[in-house]
Amino acid sequence: MKSLSEIETVSKRSSRATGFSWGIAEEIGKNTKMLEMFGLSGIKNLNYYFRVRGVKNFEKLNLISKKNRSTKLAFCPIIAGLSFLDQVRSLENFSEINFEKIAYPLLFLPFISRASEVIGKKLQLKIDNKIFLLNYNNSIYSNSLNEGIVEIGNTVLIKFQENKDSFEEKEWKELYKLSENTFVEENESLKQVGAGAGLTDND
Amino acid sequence: MEIKLRNPNIVMKLSRLGSFHQSKLSFLRSFLKEFKDWDYKRDLFELNELGYGIAVYSFKKDKRVYSLICFANKLDENDRSDRVIATKWDAAFTLHDGIPTKKDIERLKNEVPKQEVGRLSYKELTLSRANKSVRIFNHVVESLSNGKQPDIKLLSKVGYLYRTTAVYGSGKFGLADRFRIKNREEIYGPFRLEMMLVYLVRQFTFDQVNHVAKNKNPRKAVNLDLKISRNLGIGNSTGLGMAPFIVNHPTLLNNWIYAREFALKNIREIKNINKEDSDLFKKCLKKSLNNITSWNTESKYQQKKIKSLLSDLNFFISFLENDFDFNKDFAFNEIYLWLERNSGEECTEYVVSMMMEPYDKIIDPLINKMNSEEENYFNIPTDRTVSELREILEEKYDDILKIDFKKKENNQNFWFISKNKEEPRLADRFIENGSELEQPLAIARDIKKLYNALSESKNSSTIDKFLAKNSDLRHVVRRAFIIEKFPYSEIQDNTIGKSIMPIDMLRLKLSFFGALKFDPRSDKWLRICMFQGAPLPEQLKNYDDHWIYNSLN
Repeated sequence: MKSLSEIETVSKRSSRATGFSWGIAEEIGKNTKMLEMFGLSGIKNLNYYFRVRGVKNFEKLNLISKKNRSTKLAFCPIIAGLSFLDQVRSLENFSEINFEKIAYPLLFLPFISRASEVIGKKLQLKIDNKIFLLNYNNSIYSNSLNEGIVEIGNTVLIKFQENKDSFEEKEWKELYKLSENTFVEENESLKQVGAGAGLTDND
Repeated sequence: MEIKLRNPNIVMKLSRLGSFHQSKLSFLRSFLKEFKDWDYKRDLFELNELGYGIAVYSFKKDKRVYSLICFANKLDENDRSDRVIATKWDAAFTLHDGIPTKKDIERLKNEVPKQEVGRLSYKELTLSRANKSVRIFNHVVESLSNGKQPDIKLLSKVGYLYRTTAVYGSGKFGLADRFRIKNREEIYGPFRLEMMLVYLVRQFTFDQVNHVAKNKNPRKAVNLDLKISRNLGIGNSTGLGMAPFIVNHPTLLNNWIYAREFALKNIREIKNINKEDSDLFKKCLKKSLNNITSWNTESKYQQKKIKSLLSDLNFFISFLENDFDFNKDFAFNEIYLWLERNSGEECTEYVVSMMMEPYDKIIDPLINKMNSEEENYFNIPTDRTVSELREILEEKYDDILKIDFKKKENNQNFWFISKNKEEPRLADRFIENGSELEQPLAIARDIKKLYNALSESKNSSTIDKFLAKNSDLRHVVRRAFIIEKFPYSEIQDNTIGKSIMPIDMLRLKLSFFGALKFDPRSDKWLRICMFQGAPLPEQLKNYDDHWIYNSLN
C-alpha cells in the first residue's frame, strides 16, 4: 500500500512534469492525497487526466462567475478548481454557481472542499447525478463513492449552504428540556454555598 | 527588562545557522528524557558466530510497544559504501509499531535489507541501514576475544562502531504516515522515532561486537567495558538529501528556531541568576571543551572553525573567570552582549546552547512545541492585497531583495532530484545539464521575481487576481504569507549562489538532532556522531541529563 506521503509527493512531481507551476503542483499533491484519504479515486483520475491533457487543450477558467460555460473543450479541473478556491470569498454572495463541462471533475472536488473550510460554510457539489456534501474540509458525505474514473461532469453545480440549524426550534427545546434533568434544583442553602454560573453557562 | 527576539535577518543567515550546536532542545536529548521511564528489553538475538542474523529490541510502556528489528548480513568489502548509491549494507533496521509477529519478521526480512527498493507497511515507522567502521569493529573484536579492552585512543578517533547512511520516516517507501501516530504524546517532539531507531541501533552494535568476540574465542573473550560502550555513539554520513528539508518545511523550521530564540530571550531576561544555575552553566561549558578538543576532522574548513571556536571559548572562559560577576543584574544578557562584541558566530551560538543547561523550566515546555501542523498554513489568503504582500516582502526579505540575480555568481547553481536515487543534488547551471528541471529551492531568487511582479501590479488588486496572471509565483506567494506569521521560517540567504556552503544547511538540521563532531568530507556531505556519552538503555532510569558533557572522548 502506498502511503499518503508518497501519494502527495508523486502527484506533485508528476504535475510539475506535465507543465504546471510548482505552486500549482503543490496544490495538486495535497488534493490527491486528500481524495485518497477520503476513499475517492485521486490517483486514477489524475493519471487519466494527464494522459488526455497532452492531447486535449482543456479550457482554462481563470475568472469564476455565476454561470460558467466552456466554449470548445471542457474546463480544466485544476485551473477551474484553483480559481474557485482563490476567489471563493467573493463568490459567496451567489447562492449557486453553475459550470458546464468540467473534465475529470473529481480533481475539481478537493478545491471545493478546501473552499468550504476557507469560508466556514458547507458546500454542496453536484456533478450530474452525483452529490457531495463538503463539510469544512473535514469530511465528505456522498451518494457516490469509489466510482473510479469520471471523465466529464456535464452539469456541475455548487451550492453554498448557509450556516443554519438542520432542525426545528421545537425539536431543540424538547432535547434541551431533557438535558435539564441533569441539573440540581437549588434550594436557599445551595444557593448560598454553591458558587458557579447559571444554566446557560456552557463552561 | 524585556529583551527582543533576535532579528531573523541575522539568525537565519546560512553562516549563522551553520554554526549551531546541540543543546537541551536537541531531539536526541529530548528523546532520552521522554523514554527514560520506558521498559527496555532485548527480545530476540539470533546471530550466527560471525554476527549475522536477526535481533529485536523494544521500548514498552503500558500498552504501547516500539520494536527495533535488526537484520545483519554478510557484506563483501567491494559492496561497502556510505554513499546513497549503495545497495547493500552491513545491517538494516526498521522500527515496528508494536510487537512483531513471526510473519512480520519474515516479511521484513525480505524488504528491510533492500531499503529504498523494498516496501514497508503502515506498521513500520522508520527505516535505516548502517555500515561498520571496519577498522574499529575488527579492532574491538580482536581485543575482546583476547580478553582485553580495546585501545581507547583509537576508538576516540572515530567514536562509533557503525555509522548509518540514511534514516527514513514519515511515509517513505510505504512506512506509516505521520497522521497515524501524531497524537501519541510520547512522540510530540520532532524526529523522536528516528532518534529511537538510532539509539537502539547503537545498543545492537555493542551486543553484536560482544557476540562475535565471544564466538571467536569463547574461553578468553570479555565483554566491552560499559564505560567504553557508553563513550561510543553511532556515526552518520549525511549528504545533500537533508538540505531541502529545511526549505520545504518552513513552519517546522520556524518552530525549531523560535524555540531556541525564545529560550535565549527568556534566559537573557532573568534578573538574578542563582549560584546553582551559574555553576551548572560554567561546569557544562568547561566539560564540553572535551568534545571540541576530541573533534577530529580532515576538513580544512572545519579545522579553521574549530580552531577559532576553541580560541574564542578560551578567551570567553578567561573573561568569565577573571572579569565577570554573576551577581550583577541580567548576567546572561551581559554575557550574550559580550559574545556579540568579542567572538565569532560559532562561539556565540555554542555559548547560547550552554546557557540553556540550567533552565529546564524554560526549555521543557518548548520541546513539545517544536512540531508543526503544516497543512494549517497551506492555503493562501487570496483576499489580501498586492500592497500588503509587497509590504511583507519588504519587511521580511530585506537583504534578499538586494541580491542582483542578473549577476552570474548569484544564479550559479540549481537544485535537482537525481533520477538514480531520487535524492536532491546541487549543480552548476552554466556547466551541467538539467537546470530546466530545477526544484523550487531558489527561494531568494523567486521572492525577488515576486517582488518585481508585484511592483508592476495595482496596489489595491487582490491576490486571487494576481495569481490568475502569475501562477508561476504561487509557491513563493504561499511562503511570503507563511513568513508573515512565522518569522524564522525562511533562510535569509541565496541558496543558489556561487559561494553557497550546503553543509551549513545540513549542520543546522543536525545540530537540532543533537549531533556532535561535524566532520565535513566535502562542501556537500559530512559525518557526525550521535549519542556519544549517552546512557545505555539499562542505565536510562537514573541518567544524568547533562550526559553529553561527560564523554571520555
